[in-house]
Amino acid sequence: MATEHTLAEAIIAGHTGDRAGAGSICRARVDFAFANDITAPPAIKEFGRIGAEKMFDPGRTAIVADHFTPNKDIASANNAKQCRAFAKKMDMRFWETGRCGVEHAFLPEQGLVLPGDLVVGADSHTCTGGALGAFATGMGSTDLAVAWALGEVWLRVPETIRVDYSGSRSPWVTGKDLILDLIGRIGVDGARYMALEIAGGAIDALPLDDRLTMANMAIEAGGKAGLFIPDGTTLAYAAARAERPFKPAYPDAGARYARRIEIDVTALEPVVALPHLPDRVKKAGECGELRIDQAFIGSCTNGRLRDLALAAAVLKGRTVHPDLRLIVIPASYEVYNESMKRGYIQTFLDAGAVVTTPSCGPCLGGHLGILASGERCLSTSNRNFVGRMGAADSEVVLAGPLVAAAGAVLGRVADPRELLGDDPAALGGI
Amino acid sequence: MEKMITGRVWVYGDNVDTDVIIPARHLTLVEPKDLARHCMEDIDKSFAAGVEPGDIVAGGANFGCGSSREHAPLALLGSGVSAVVAANFARIFFRNAVNVGLPIVECPGLTGHVKKGDVLAIDVDAGTVNNRTTGESFSSEPFPPFLKDLINSGGLVEYAKRRLRGEA
Repeated sequence: MATEHTLAEAIIAGHTGDRAGAGSICRARVDFAFANDITAPPAIKEFGRIGAEKMFDPGRTAIVADHFTPNKDIASANNAKQCRAFAKKMDMRFWETGRCGVEHAFLPEQGLVLPGDLVVGADSHTCTGGALGAFATGMGSTDLAVAWALGEVWLRVPETIRVDYSGSRSPWVTGKDLILDLIGRIGVDGARYMALEIAGGAIDALPLDDRLTMANMAIEAGGKAGLFIPDGTTLAYAAARAERPFKPAYPDAGARYARRIEIDVTALEPVVALPHLPDRVKKAGECGELRIDQAFIGSCTNGRLRDLALAAAVLKGRTVHPDLRLIVIPASYEVYNESMKRGYIQTFLDAGAVVTTPSCGPCLGGHLGILASGERCLSTSNRNFVGRMGAADSEVVLAGPLVAAAGAVLGRVADPRELLGDDPAALGGI
Repeated sequence: MEKMITGRVWVYGDNVDTDVIIPARHLTLVEPKDLARHCMEDIDKSFAAGVEPGDIVAGGANFGCGSSREHAPLALLGSGVSAVVAANFARIFFRNAVNVGLPIVECPGLTGHVKKGDVLAIDVDAGTVNNRTTGESFSSEPFPPFLKDLINSGGLVEYAKRRLRGEA
């Protein structure tokens, strides 16, 4: 029996009385369990079928109404109304539009996803919480209903792929470029059923917002979780926000990994993922005349403060291409307010962008920027599947905030250095 | 789960994601029958109109990748689909299918040996998938014992009921 744990195994071991070696199935306690306005209604129905009368611990449960809010139509308004009433009846955490955000940006800000936690969410991008050193994983509505009722889930303990990043990252390369590059290397099913454990000297120097971007897209490689080892950056962030005690976990030196990948970031360049899979990765500067009709900067992947800071650095004193719409959506009210104070919002408006209230918005083709037939969007979101943002024959090209902002000015997919020159001083040290 | 499942097959490729199984614009719907009207519409407009009760869906690798929406297996169930056979499944779709009672079978050998309209016979207990149209037979992956117990005892909701009563 292996006693040397990967980070995923170490966290699960701390939440179960069962064996927590890779491949075994165990029952594990959850620290936090949430759904959104799309996945909560079926979860509420299943919760009723279980016959549970209360949440296992109301303060550790939440519904985040972020996908179709502010409500886009009567059906979504009715669903949100049901969520609100149920959350109130069960004494769960619930935040009204105006005080909320995109769940995977908002919940860590609220100190509800913490190092060492085991978190389940009825949303596939729940894996974002791995940036804080939590084992956070997405599930469906029925699983979530059971987690709400019992405070536990069954889990198959995943094998882990360890990825070590070394070298010195160019300021033009963001967390989005790192994760797209990794998905391009291992494929959209390269980590299927597995955990990614991301570490190394180049990660120590990576800002937390970029780590959240990377963990967010573990699912795009099929991953169950994408974990970062807690360090000073993580612990300072969590300690400043946590309402409850937390216990960070760490991998053992002798842990067994299913695979090890080593990547030197020094030579990496800004990249994009072409339609219609996130592993169709190409250097942004090598896409030829790939015209775009819309650019979107936001989502649970890239709607955080550093993302908007980078986009604002590109757009300062420039204007959006006349044939194109740029949509900017801060992922939470904290991000929105801070962006306002720092002048980013004014920069976006001056450039000719539209800035809208925190929501998942166009990422999943919900609202606030649906694509027409034949249109192409350069987007900082996470999925470029067929029909993801609108018409079945529309296209999504995935990119980080620098590439998306530069593309919004140029009207096509390009390396941001084409617009700003090679000197990273143009980014103002962000 | 039925022991023997026989049906006419619809064939799709690798990485069939939940956005094409049921596009997000329809996620204000909850009932399987309502979701079924839009199932697969972005990659196959003929599916919703042509699917008949008992039909089987076959896919390649990583079937059901993407979003955690339980609406995806519900849309297939609402379409009358009796089983999904794929080389392998994305993790969340796998859990969701088990939880909503949509039979799923991992059968890597079938990929490339089945075309639209063939008739498949799936023997869940024996772990075989037979293409009756071509006469070829392939072995399928068995469920782990824990999952078999979960399915045989009525699924996750029934398990949770017993667990709440302290019986499991």
